[in-house]
Amino acid sequence: MAEQKQNIVEIRHLYKSYHRGSLVVPVLFDITFDIVSGEFLALMGPSGSGKTTLLNLLAGIDKADEGSIRVGDLDITTFSETELAHWRANHVGFIFQFYNLIPVLKAIENVELPLHLTSLSKRERRDHAEMALRMVGLEHRMDHYPQELSGGEQQRVAIARAIVTDPTILVADEPTGDLDRVSAEEILAMMERLNSEMGKTIIMVTHDPRAAQRAKILRHLDKGYLTDDDSQNPL
Amino acid sequence: MMILKILFRNAFHNKLRSGLTILGIAVAILAFGLLRTVISSWYAGVEAASTSRLVTRNAISIIFTLPLSYNEKIRQIEGVKMVSYGNWFGGVYIEEKNFFPNFCVEPRTYLEIYPEFVLSPAEKKAFLADRKGFVAGRKLAAKYGWKIGDPVTLKGTIYPGNWDFVLRGIYKGRDDTTDETQFYFHWDYLNETIKKVSPPRADQVGFYMIAVTRPDLSADVALAVDKTFKNSLAETLTETEKAFNQGFIAMSGAIVTAIQMVSFVVIIIIMAVVANTMAMTTRERIGDYAIMKTLGFGGRDITVLIFGESLVISLTGCLTGMILTFPAAAAFGQSLANFFPIFIVSRETLYLDILAAILIGCLAAIIPTRQAIRIGIADGLRRIG
Repeated sequence: MAEQKQNIVEIRHLYKSYHRGSLVVPVLFDITFDIVSGEFLALMGPSGSGKTTLLNLLAGIDKADEGSIRVGDLDITTFSETELAHWRANHVGFIFQFYNLIPVLKAIENVELPLHLTSLSKRERRDHAEMALRMVGLEHRMDHYPQELSGGEQQRVAIARAIVTDPTILVADEPTGDLDRVSAEEILAMMERLNSEMGKTIIMVTHDPRAAQRAKILRHLDKGYLTDDDSQNPL
Repeated sequence: MMILKILFRNAFHNKLRSGLTILGIAVAILAFGLLRTVISSWYAGVEAASTSRLVTRNAISIIFTLPLSYNEKIRQIEGVKMVSYGNWFGGVYIEEKNFFPNFCVEPRTYLEIYPEFVLSPAEKKAFLADRKGFVAGRKLAAKYGWKIGDPVTLKGTIYPGNWDFVLRGIYKGRDDTTDETQFYFHWDYLNETIKKVSPPRADQVGFYMIAVTRPDLSADVALAVDKTFKNSLAETLTETEKAFNQGFIAMSGAIVTAIQMVSFVVIIIIMAVVANTMAMTTRERIGDYAIMKTLGFGGRDITVLIFGESLVISLTGCLTGMILTFPAAAAFGQSLANFFPIFIVSRETLYLDILAAILIGCLAAIIPTRQAIRIGIADGLRRIG
C-alpha cells in the first residue's frame, strides 16, 4: 500500500495585484492548489505570468490581497510582518537567481547568518554551517568571500545557507538562471538529491525546461492563472 | 555579534568613498575644533579672572584716568585686602607689528595680587629694586630672545618718546590659563618722567586693582568704592575682574558670534555630505538588506546596521580630526600668539567634537534607514542583478 503523504502547503483562492500609482495591475487570479510534503514542484510560465509573485507569497515575503496560504498548521496570510519574519527564519530556505550572498561575509559566515536568529551557541552555529558547506562540497572554500567564488560555487553556498536551518520548505527562484550549463546541472543535481535523499520540499520557479525536467510536479502559470491541474511531470 | 561584523565591514567596504568621507569629517572636525578654540581663547581672560579681584576705572570711560590719591581711600574701605594700580602703556617694540600688552604697575602690590605670575625670589627682588626694570612673560621673552639683563626700548604711543628698560625677571604662568605674553614695568618710572615733560598728566592712574578679603564681599566692596567717589570730579566704576574682561569681549561680540555661526555651518555642511554618502551606501545595499529581511532579520537589525555604519564613519573621522586638532592648534597658537596668548584645545571643545560627530552620524542615517525599512522585500530583491 502506497504511503499517504500529507499536504505541507494549501493555497486557496489566492489573488494578488500591484499598485503603480493610481494604476492597479492584477497579477494572480484565484490560485488554488496543494503541495504535498517532500514534493519537488516546478512553477513554469512566461515572463510576467506571476510565478515569482506566487513564490514570494508562498515564502512569506509578500502579502496576498485575498485568499489563504496554509503551511503546515499555520495560515501565513494572517501573520504580521514580525510574525512572518520569524516564520521565514524557521520554515523557509531561499535560493535566488543571483545567489544573494552578503558580499562582506565569508562563505561560512554567509551560511551561519540565518543561525544567528536561533538559540544555538557559537560553537553549534559553526558546526552546523560547516556541515552544510560539506553537504554542498565547499568545505575547502569556507573562508572565501563571495567575489572569490565562481557563480556555481556561490549558488552552492546559497544552498548551504538555505538548508542550514533545516527548513520546512525550500523555495528557489530561477536557481540556474545565472549559471553556465555545467554549473546549472550541478546545482539541479544537488537540489534533486536534497529532495530525494533528505526529503526536502522544494518549490522552484523556472522558465528553463531542463531545470523543470528535474522536478516531480510541474505547474504552469499564464497571465496570472494556473493553466493545468495537479499532474506528474510529463518532461 | 554578526550584525556588528557586517556593520564594520560595510563601513570600510568601499575604501575610497569611506576614506574620502572620513577625510571630509576629519577636516570639518578640525575646523570646528580650531574655531571653538578661537572662541574659548577669546574668553580665556574672562575664564582666568579671579572672583576676589575688582577693577576700578573712570566711570565715563576706560580712556579717562583716576587720581593717584584714590589709592589710600580705597585701602581704607572695609573688605579691601590690597590695592594696586597701573596704566596701559601702549608701547611699540621696534615696529608696530610687534604687538604685546604692556603696562606700568605698582610692582610690589601687583605681584601680590597676581600670584599666578610666578617669579623666582631673586628675579622679583631684582625687579623691585630697579626702577627701570621690567618683567616679561615666558612666551614673550622667548619670542624676542630676551635674556635677564637685556636692555629693551619701547616707543611710547600714549606717552611719547623712547623708554628704556632692563629685563629683570621672566615670569611663568601658574597654570595653562595664565597669559605669558605680557610686559610689566614700574609705574613710578612712567610717573616721574611724565612729571617732567607733561605735569598735568602726572599722578594719574588708568585702573586700580583691588583684592578683597573674601570673594563674597566683592559686590559690597564694589558698591562702597563707587559710593566713596560719587559726585567727585572722577567718579568710578568698580566691577569684578571677570565683568571688566567681559566688557572688552562684548566689544567684539559680533566677531565671536560670526565665528560661532561659521563653526556650526561647517558641521551642517559635513552633515549633508555624510547624509549623501549614507544615502548612496544604503541604495547600493538595499538588496543586502532585503536578503537579511528575507532570512528573518527585522527592522531593528537594519537600523543598527545603517546607524552603526554611519556612526563608525563619523566617529572615525571625528577621532582623526581630534588628533589633528592638537598640532594644528599648536601651530595656529604660535603664529597668532600676539592675539591669542592662550590657545589651548579645551576638554569642552573635544566633547563638542564628539557630540557633533554623533549628531552627524545619527542625522545622516535617519532617512536612509527609513527608506531601507519601508521598502518591501520583493521590491528590494528585484533591485539585485
